[in-house]
Amino acid sequence: MSGIQATRKSNLNTVQAIWRIYPFAKHALPRISLGMIAALLGSVVALLIPMVLEKLVNGALAQRDPAEIWPAVAIVLGLGVVEAAMIALRRWFVLLPGTTVEAKMRNEIYRRLQDLPVAFHDRWPSGQLLSRMMQDLNMIRRWLSFGIVLLVVNVLTIVIGSVILFTWHWLLGTIFLVCAIPVWIYGYMFEKKYSIVARRSQDQAGDLATNVEEAVHGIRVLKAFGRGKHALEGFSVRAEGLRGVEIEKAKAIAGIWYWLILLPDIGFGLCLVAGIWLASQGQINVGELFAFFATAIVLRFPIESIGFLLSMTFDTRTAVDRVFEVLDEVNTITDPEHPETIESPQGRLEFDDVHFRFADSPERYPDLINGVNLVIEPGETMALVGLTGCGKTTLTSLTTRIYDVTGGAVRLDGVAVQNLTRGELRRNIAMAFEDATLFSASVRENVLLGREELDLDSDEAQRVLDEAIGVAQAQFVHDLPNGVDTTVGEEGLSLSGGQRQRLALARAVAAAPSVLVLDDPLSALDVDTEALVEAALRRVLASTTALIVAHRPSTVALADRVALMQDGRITDVGTHTELLGRNEHYRFVISSLEDEEKREREEALQ
Amino acid sequence: MSTATVRGVTGEEREDLTKEESRQIRRRSMRLLGTLLKPLRLRVIGTMVLVIISTASSVAGPALIAFGIDTALPAVLERADWMPTLGVGVLYLVTALAAATFMASYVVASARVSQAVLLDLRLRVFQHTQKLSLEFHESYTSGRIISRQTSDLDAIKQLLDEGISQLVNGILYMGFTFAALFLLDWTSGLVVVGSMVPLYFLTRWFQKRSQRMFRTSRVMSARVIVHFVESMTGIRAVKAFRKEKRNEKEFGRLVEDYRDINARTIQLFGIYEPGIIMIGNLAVAAVLLIGGFRVVEGHLEIGALLAALLYVRRFFDPMEEMAMFYNAYQSAAAALEKISGVLEEQPSVPDPVSPVDLWSAKGKVTFDEVTFAYNDETTVLPSFSLGIPAGQTIALVGSTGAGKSTLAKLISRFYDPSAGAVTLDDVDLRQLHPKDLRRAIVMVTQEAYLFSGTVADNIALGRPDATREEIVRAAVAVGAHGFIDGLPDGYDTDVNKRGGRVSAGQRQLISFARAFLADPAVLILDEATASLDIPSERLVQEALQTLLADRTAIIIAHRLSTVAIADRVLVMEHGRIVEDGTPADLIGGEGRFAQLHAAWRDSLV
Repeated sequence: MSGIQATRKSNLNTVQAIWRIYPFAKHALPRISLGMIAALLGSVVALLIPMVLEKLVNGALAQRDPAEIWPAVAIVLGLGVVEAAMIALRRWFVLLPGTTVEAKMRNEIYRRLQDLPVAFHDRWPSGQLLSRMMQDLNMIRRWLSFGIVLLVVNVLTIVIGSVILFTWHWLLGTIFLVCAIPVWIYGYMFEKKYSIVARRSQDQAGDLATNVEEAVHGIRVLKAFGRGKHALEGFSVRAEGLRGVEIEKAKAIAGIWYWLILLPDIGFGLCLVAGIWLASQGQINVGELFAFFATAIVLRFPIESIGFLLSMTFDTRTAVDRVFEVLDEVNTITDPEHPETIESPQGRLEFDDVHFRFADSPERYPDLINGVNLVIEPGETMALVGLTGCGKTTLTSLTTRIYDVTGGAVRLDGVAVQNLTRGELRRNIAMAFEDATLFSASVRENVLLGREELDLDSDEAQRVLDEAIGVAQAQFVHDLPNGVDTTVGEEGLSLSGGQRQRLALARAVAAAPSVLVLDDPLSALDVDTEALVEAALRRVLASTTALIVAHRPSTVALADRVALMQDGRITDVGTHTELLGRNEHYRFVISSLEDEEKREREEALQ
Repeated sequence: MSTATVRGVTGEEREDLTKEESRQIRRRSMRLLGTLLKPLRLRVIGTMVLVIISTASSVAGPALIAFGIDTALPAVLERADWMPTLGVGVLYLVTALAAATFMASYVVASARVSQAVLLDLRLRVFQHTQKLSLEFHESYTSGRIISRQTSDLDAIKQLLDEGISQLVNGILYMGFTFAALFLLDWTSGLVVVGSMVPLYFLTRWFQKRSQRMFRTSRVMSARVIVHFVESMTGIRAVKAFRKEKRNEKEFGRLVEDYRDINARTIQLFGIYEPGIIMIGNLAVAAVLLIGGFRVVEGHLEIGALLAALLYVRRFFDPMEEMAMFYNAYQSAAAALEKISGVLEEQPSVPDPVSPVDLWSAKGKVTFDEVTFAYNDETTVLPSFSLGIPAGQTIALVGSTGAGKSTLAKLISRFYDPSAGAVTLDDVDLRQLHPKDLRRAIVMVTQEAYLFSGTVADNIALGRPDATREEIVRAAVAVGAHGFIDGLPDGYDTDVNKRGGRVSAGQRQLISFARAFLADPAVLILDEATASLDIPSERLVQEALQTLLADRTAIIIAHRLSTVAIADRVLVMEHGRIVEDGTPADLIGGEGRFAQLHAAWRDSLV
């Protein structure tokens, strides 16, 4: 279902792969390092405490001198305080970095995603984006403030501990180390095996999120057809799939745990026998043997924890890979290096041999927009008429660089749209889409969305708002619970299709652009309202250049001229009456009068 | 205290819960946990046994070493008897093998349990949100539901993945150690028991604060997701109106809130954990102090004191892990609270308790004294009655907001009437088996949502068991075959996210084909042709004429061309039906419809 499904693993090794978060984590490294030092000191103290206890008890207290008790207690207490303090310090040091790195990356992903072209969003299921933005970043945070710190500290602890083991007797130390060798080999194999399942599990979690999102957004369709059960079946197949992968993951983890528990224990067993033999040879005394095992036992937890920490590290690597798939995505629609500006916008919109095709469109298909030449003069209103799927909406998307042309040029006042910053371009050209998206904000904010320079509470803003609402016949907003301050959109009141369409129209009008691009802006309006909107729109359009996608003669009536589109080309341009007179295809597309008359005649005959 | 204040998702974002409310939602989430674990109890017990054996085996290690040094070594030194040494060596290997094997199988077994719980929970939430009525979905945003099913479930997954083994391991380890300590020297045991008092208060303190913080953290994470989903769904509008910068600021603020609450929960734990360690170390010092004097007085052997000290020290070792478990538990519990809230929501359009079957519906629809109101103040449809004989095609006309869609939604049972009854073939819709209801009544709306998958999949949603021929036939019938056939992979073309590559008109054709395939007795079209061009509409009209010949239809359309195929026209205004008659009668008259029709007729060319 998703094009990204193919399990990609970057060719970097784990360290390099994770290192890519360095730019985000740079500022945090000192604190993370300090955290490690605190953690290391903490575990050294933890290692020391049993030894000190032994020394104190067997040394000072063995004399049964009450005067020795208090100093001993003080030492133990002191070490205890140091241990607790080190743990507190470690937590305190890594606290900020972990969360700030996460927040930084989250903001960056969001910024990138907003910047990436619509073509990217068409391709990527939103659940995949969501799971990267939440789950994967969450993983990275936990690894930064916990995983990496413990991994480094535990490895160091093991190294230090091993050295101490050698100081008791070289043979015992060697036995212990030799037993550890297979763990490293297994760990290497584990990485390969585990990384694949980890990646699959995170991808499937993303797909599951997509599934959830679609089931929620498409709830009306599912309900209308009573397909809740059908959707549940699809979902449960996916959820089962995820469960399978997660269990596979657990099996891989169980594999490495097995060796991490078994091998040190085998080492202990062998050391015990060897130790007794050494003692019988007089090479080591009982106290030393005891001390050897006291140290060795302390190493057990760090060794066992390596399994968990490794799997966490590989999970993080996968998370970083997934995040960087988004961050590394090359944005094909960017601002020019040396942008031009339009001093005084006139609103002349020109399509010059414009071609467009989707990057993944098979070669046997001609370009979706196949050589469009069209000029809309300042102040002119041009209707764009054609059959559904002939490329009208795509053509309108090229004006504001929702997509970029693949050939030719779209020019605004003689400047190719690619040579303007996107901000300036979109300030000059405002659009109303057919599916009217409102955001979770007040009516006021939604309508004035294109006027960021206005202070929302100013009189000017109020005037623009009132006018736009008037043009779009959206007076219904005054009857909403809080009038124009009522929250609409997902988080607020749900409006009908016609109401949303009118607000979207008001939004485009309020933007006061030099060019208005309207995609079938009146489709959901009833006849009466449509007539009112048209009358008001005519006033606005008198001074504004407009490109209007139209399906109905009533909408066409707004236009000075009509461009007829057929299979990605403009085949005829003229006034409505001219086209009606000379172009058969135009009559086919726009005229239903004959049908109606025919029907009426038939009815009359009956 | 009223218990309705936190029922379902009400008050979900409140932070000022009273003690009673807090306890109530905690209980609710525990009940949910109980029902999740109940079917798995044998497996849970099995998993526990594995971890107990494994822990026991690894605890045996130090004991064997002690035996080796205390018994086997003297035997070698004094009698050159190697038997105990070899014995203890072999035994050590056996326990090592046992510990590793049982631990490994425990890891897999516990993953099975936790994945079973997650799967169950996922399916329950998914199914339940599907069941909840439109009214719920309209107020509870999609982003929140998504966040319940992703980020909240993640918190639970974290607990199940990492937490349980820590808990069981810790409890066992502490239990064994404590027993050993008590047998060795009960006075030191008492000191440990005494240290439980400050531990209890510390934990209570942590519990209270973390509970509140984790709840807030769930709310914040949901807000981040809600904003994210909304801006990604509306990315075109975001770009067109240059909302990026403002969005970044807004999102940055939400991310910062979320970061802040996360940091505070971590910080809280950063006090709790060292606190526990400190208490443990204090206990060690106390045992040393008391033990020291007892040694001096000769009541205690030096060796015993050392052993007791090591035991006390070891007793607190797993505390750190237990604290982490408790932390994960608090986080998961907060998530579970939110999820259990959604699950507690009752559909305002509930399934019937004893459903009436209706194998083949004729399509007679009756409104009997029906009133519809969202609440006491706003009545959308004042009381009315209406009979629609089977097979009749009705055009529903009126200005936006007149109540046409509401009426349609009552027939398709997206809503239930506030008073009166809507019946199909004289069966109250509320009694009708949902399966039969959905088979008999289908509604097509203006918003033609496409699911990711192929075109064929999307049409087949009308009838999942349809063959390819039937799907193609449906597409041909509504005039969608032409463009579908021209797509890169025909019917197997992926429609991408939200049907990105298919035009609005084509989306509507696909959703028409869907309805055609579903073949219902009652078909409701709510502005379903709004985005079609005139030739497509013409084709759809023709298809409808055949399709609707023997079934009931309610058509809402602003394009009055639809009226042509209607047997009867209803004109609505302010929630009331103001005109009712055949098209010819109404057009001939001087009413509202005559005006509308004339205006529309004028607009044609």
